[in-house]
Amino acid sequence: MTDMAVPGVVDAAKPFDRARALAAFRLGDQTFYWVTRICALTVLFILGGIILSLIIGAWPAMQAFGLEFLVTRRWAPQVSPSPVLGALGPIYGTLVTSFIAMLIAVPVGIGIAIFLTELCPPVLRRPVGIAIELLAGIPSIIYGMWGFFVLAPFMTNHVQPVMIGLFEGVPVLGTIFGGPPSYLSLFNAALVLAIMILPFITAISRDVFTTVPPMLKESAYGLGCTTWEVVNNVVIPFTRVGVIGGIMLALGRALGETMAVTFIIGNSFQINGSIFAPGTTISAAIASEFAEASGLHQSALILLGLLLFVLTFIVLASARIMLARLERKAGN
Amino acid sequence: MNSIYRTRSRTDKLIRALCFAATIFGLVWLGLILFTLLWNGLAGLHLSVFTQMTPPPGSKTGGLANAIVGSILMTAIGVGIGAPLGLFAGTYLAEYGRHEKLSFYVRFINDILLSAPSIVIGLFIYGAVVVPMGGFSAFAGSLALAVIVAPVVVRTTEDMLLLVPNQLREASAALGLPRSLMIRRIAYRAARTGIITGILLATARVAGETAPLLFTALSNQFWNLNLTKTMANLPVTINNFVQSPYEYWRQLAWTGALLITLAVLALNVIARLLDAERKTK
Repeated sequence: MTDMAVPGVVDAAKPFDRARALAAFRLGDQTFYWVTRICALTVLFILGGIILSLIIGAWPAMQAFGLEFLVTRRWAPQVSPSPVLGALGPIYGTLVTSFIAMLIAVPVGIGIAIFLTELCPPVLRRPVGIAIELLAGIPSIIYGMWGFFVLAPFMTNHVQPVMIGLFEGVPVLGTIFGGPPSYLSLFNAALVLAIMILPFITAISRDVFTTVPPMLKESAYGLGCTTWEVVNNVVIPFTRVGVIGGIMLALGRALGETMAVTFIIGNSFQINGSIFAPGTTISAAIASEFAEASGLHQSALILLGLLLFVLTFIVLASARIMLARLERKAGN
Repeated sequence: MNSIYRTRSRTDKLIRALCFAATIFGLVWLGLILFTLLWNGLAGLHLSVFTQMTPPPGSKTGGLANAIVGSILMTAIGVGIGAPLGLFAGTYLAEYGRHEKLSFYVRFINDILLSAPSIVIGLFIYGAVVVPMGGFSAFAGSLALAVIVAPVVVRTTEDMLLLVPNQLREASAALGLPRSLMIRRIAYRAARTGIITGILLATARVAGETAPLLFTALSNQFWNLNLTKTMANLPVTINNFVQSPYEYWRQLAWTGALLITLAVLALNVIARLLDAERKTK
């Protein structure tokens, strides 16, 4: 604390330039206030800029296709005189891959969080927690590469055939798990996505689990509850809103994730009931076509981006509202 | 009575086993990914990777020198723009407008931007910078990264400043210190480690970002330090090389992936060590 002496203040102590020093302070105060305020406002401008620039870019496509864009299955940018472009394929792929990814990642992620907060020996708690968080730090393109070269071949050769055989002939499931195994498929993409969002769910669930007052848990243990009964009857009910908020946050990630899925989803705009068929997501379609697109095709891709932004905005906003509600509860 | 106990204890054991299995499942992926990266990446890690340019199609020599330098440069500029912006915005939220309506909105919007899809940010910069400037440029790529950095820094700065005890602020006000000096000399100093941790985590986050660079900075095969032109960078180079038919390109992609991952993980570990030090203080 010896370096607390502030040069400006020491100078100001001299009586003759007191007025000037005070004026300088006032100016400095005002400047700093406005600099920080403008930076805070910039955050709002960035959001406004994103929405505005997407709407401007998407305008030609909005005028050309209207609401039909949302329900058209065909994606034919090269057709003359004017291309036929519909968003149903990418929307379907985005929803299906995110749904499968959540189906896998939510139970596993919460399971890890329970292990870390309730079961793990204290010595292991930090290293395991850090390892899971490192999983969240790996760039998404690495997941994509790894999925393409390692996970996809394994799944296609060993797991998909088993699942296809298992459900063959069963009415609805036969279609969902039907068709030939495919390297580039919604299923493989969803798996990579699941591994990617797993650490997000774990990190947030663990954080909200630790907000449970120890006294509540101790009283339940004191009554003779088993660990699972404490988790199921005390921890999860207390943190339900927070856990759902965390899941929504992860869903927001999954919906918008680009590089992890682009390599192995196949970039096909067809909708074929099977999850082993190639498909595309909104972000994968933009990533693989935008650089070569022009005119209406490019505008339609920007419109897809706008749709994705609106979709994730709704999901993330509800997530934040839920997490804020839990925070208020924990604060009381 | 006994059977109820047995069922309860059995359920408990089953759930414990499942949670344990889930943790193993999570750790196995981390291990597998790191193993694959090391196995494939180390094979191509020679000195030439750092000294030679990215090769043309079919070539059997070449490195990643231009991509590595481009990545470092663009990340540095992105953090250089995004971190101060985030730092000041976070300062406003924590110091001036803690209970204002405006801060409530900024906080909410910032939390959304924090997890906004990075490809949408790429589209935004394409529309707002690339089109008006008339072409792809490294500067546009850096701006896209800055838009990703800023929300992370806003959040950590605000959180860390809120941890600074109010007595410190009151004490400096009592000594007649102007507010801006109090923030810069007292509050920043008290929150320094936490703020640096946040900036490091933000850097780690953008160092491997690919999607927002795909159509802002693009990439090229040359040595270029001109910010108004396209610039080679590791993520987009990996993206272009990985699916190519050329063995040597794929090898370079793995080596580049290893380098990025090591850099990102190192940043993460340093940030965590700093954070642990802050907490023990």
